[in-house]
Amino acid sequence: MSAPAPTLPFSLAANPRLSSWIKFAADGQVTVSPGKVEIGQGIVTALAQIAADELDIDIGRVRMVRATTAASPNEGVTSGSLSIHHSGRALRHACAEIRQIFLAAASERLGVESSVLQIEDGTITGPGNVTTSYWELADEISLDRDATPGAKPKAIAERALAGQSTQRIDIPDKVFARRRFIHDTALPGLLHGRVLRGEHARAKLAGLKEDAACAVPGFIAVVRDGSFAGVVCETEAGAEAALKALRKAANWSEGEKLPDEDDLAAFLKSQPVESTVIDTRTAAKSALKARTLKRQYVRPYIAHASIAPSCAMAQWNGEDRVHVWTHSQGVYLLRSDLSLVLKLPIEQITVEHLEGAGCYGHNPADDVALDAALLAKAAPGRPVRVQWSRADEMTHGPFGAAMAIEVEADLDATGDIVEWRHSIWSNGHAARPGRGTKPTLLAGYELEQPFPIAISGNPPQANGGGGDRNSIPLYDFPAWKIESHRLLTMPVRTSALRTLGAQGNVFAIECFLDEIAAERGEDPVAFRLRHLKDERAKDVVRAAAKRAGWKPVAKAGTGYGFGYSRYKNTGAYCAAVAEIEGDEDIRVKRLTLAVDVGEAINPDGVINQIEGGAIQATSWVLKERVRFDRERITSNSWTDYPILRFSEVPEVEVEVIQRSEVDPVGAGEAAHGPVTAAIANAVFDCLGVRVRNLPITRERLIAAMEES
Amino acid sequence: MPTIRFRLNGAPTEIDADPDELLLDILRGPLGLTGPHFGCGAGECGACRVIVDDHAVTSCDTPLWSVADKNVTTLEGLGSPEQPHPLQRAFIAEQAMQCGYCVAGVLMSAAALLKQNPSPTERQVREALDRNLCRCGSQNRIVRAVLRAANEATAT
Repeated sequence: MSAPAPTLPFSLAANPRLSSWIKFAADGQVTVSPGKVEIGQGIVTALAQIAADELDIDIGRVRMVRATTAASPNEGVTSGSLSIHHSGRALRHACAEIRQIFLAAASERLGVESSVLQIEDGTITGPGNVTTSYWELADEISLDRDATPGAKPKAIAERALAGQSTQRIDIPDKVFARRRFIHDTALPGLLHGRVLRGEHARAKLAGLKEDAACAVPGFIAVVRDGSFAGVVCETEAGAEAALKALRKAANWSEGEKLPDEDDLAAFLKSQPVESTVIDTRTAAKSALKARTLKRQYVRPYIAHASIAPSCAMAQWNGEDRVHVWTHSQGVYLLRSDLSLVLKLPIEQITVEHLEGAGCYGHNPADDVALDAALLAKAAPGRPVRVQWSRADEMTHGPFGAAMAIEVEADLDATGDIVEWRHSIWSNGHAARPGRGTKPTLLAGYELEQPFPIAISGNPPQANGGGGDRNSIPLYDFPAWKIESHRLLTMPVRTSALRTLGAQGNVFAIECFLDEIAAERGEDPVAFRLRHLKDERAKDVVRAAAKRAGWKPVAKAGTGYGFGYSRYKNTGAYCAAVAEIEGDEDIRVKRLTLAVDVGEAINPDGVINQIEGGAIQATSWVLKERVRFDRERITSNSWTDYPILRFSEVPEVEVEVIQRSEVDPVGAGEAAHGPVTAAIANAVFDCLGVRVRNLPITRERLIAAMEES
Repeated sequence: MPTIRFRLNGAPTEIDADPDELLLDILRGPLGLTGPHFGCGAGECGACRVIVDDHAVTSCDTPLWSVADKNVTTLEGLGSPEQPHPLQRAFIAEQAMQCGYCVAGVLMSAAALLKQNPSPTERQVREALDRNLCRCGSQNRIVRAVLRAANEATAT
């Protein structure tokens, strides 16, 4: 059998031109231009490490270029924990090929075989003190050529930087108050804009008096198009004052009814749905079912609640060219939707990335970019910065979708699982821009001639699925059926939030398993290991258990719980042990995690992501729930949407199982599911009550106690 | 408009403005600073914290008049790459952030704490930072960085 023909990594196949990734600058620097963007996850550093490693240059020479539709490779969206997998592999391969191209050229110039040449910090040397460098050769080598399959990146043992906890290159700027965030970026002649949004869900702007806003000092323009209204002023304070005036002078129609926030499962299960069988497995031999257990798990709508409100800048050049600065996760995708709404060919729109605050999925970054483009049109030639209010950020952006999950297990006479069924009712988890023929940007729904509201869909299983993400058991049960019911109505706007459906599904699976193990009187870790076949899975389960001293003898008032999953069933493996204290409230004291991402390019970066994911998941589990009455989202501030505080954050210990020989995958979403389940299971261990309705607040504990 | 005088990062500063304007708007607007960040506008998240005399305050709900004749320190005044504050060194050493947007305010709360209590316990650090929100989950790294800075400062 012959070896399969080598192929290019995914992102490099889509963007094969080598010069679009790497350029040698005259000043001894190397510019590296990935299509993925920094969203607080440290990706830019990990990619710099990979490039510097393959090229044999000091990482200090690497200049990372922010993604822009004007020049960068199109790598779609920075999401799904795929940046290392996509961008990292593409850069590694491209740099390996570039290195070979330069070695061949050096060999010719120096008259020695390329096999005896060495590269150290970009200087190429050979026997007899012959020497040249990337920069000397750069003039005569064009990288305007396509990558070819088969370039051989360095062997693991030769990598000097990848696998090391290199310090992040963006951090010094952030501690020394050097401008890095879009919110802090000053452009000459910068104006400020604000958009007026109604409180009631999808209310229409029926009337608006503009005169008070126009009287604000520094006033430039009011922009009104249907229910979209905003103001542009010389100063930020002026824009705020004008917005306040507009708000007072606005009349809104009644909005659309929202569901009952206290019975999300009933709402989700009563709506028209599109049903899909995600997977089935039929038993090789039939087994005798003695009884059936059935449970329902619910997770609420969850807000992104980034620390900074979303922000964008736009500048029109004449009637038909616009430059947009954004912290969107996908500059090309945003450009597509801007093109649809603005009715401009994509060539006339440039979208450039600037950093925003932490991004955990499809937040209002894209929405505010359209807002800025619409407002800036009223001030031709001048850049306009638009920033959302805290309240709008908490109420008008897309939320992570609520889910109702029914899990059923047929058990044999010994209490072992013979068949497993898992059904999900949930809104779709994806309505990102740039994917369809209709835009999904908020202002697009508000214009005089509005675009229809895009009902969220789900990515296909091949891409990890949406509501069904992580719903197929990782355990070797003899038979199963997994179904997903996606809602065709969407009174509460939803789209991608970290893990999509995985947090809800792993919560359901891992808590149900815990319950079945407990009924059998079997240790939950032993139970899992008995049903797992994948050795990497078993390794993280054992590593987390060992590190946490599983199972510690419980003192009164404390409890321990376990959770495991492999993100998307194909990504990072992660197991978590939670130690909690519980009485009328739950306090998570310690989380112990083990993770396997294959090759950890920057181990401290992986730990940072897992730690952050674990803490964020703890916040989701203990506190978070988007609140609403029948007319409006009411959780519009940090008081109404509390998140975990410093004094409430658990100790987090992370063990990284380094597998340098395995292609790397992302770490940002691996911890949420396992941690959620581990906390819920620890609550049972501590208090003897199963809370299946998140978040685990005092009220929910009382409700669960009353039920049981 | 009345003139309000205060010291900003050590330098005498005068500003003609409505005394009821918010300190954050003045710092980020006419004074052109970007250390303090807007997060909520309601004093709830702490991204805008600055030190007024010895206390970390949320500049988004502090009126300008209240800082007249006082010392206002923003992240810009904490230290520089050439002469970093121990906290700045420690935040780099501990890689104490993910996105770093909240860090501008966190550093100011921490600096105010260390001024009042040079050797805080971990619990005291957490209490001092409890009104600063971090959404990325970097709290433990931040606490380690503050304790590291305290150790460094007391050791020298």
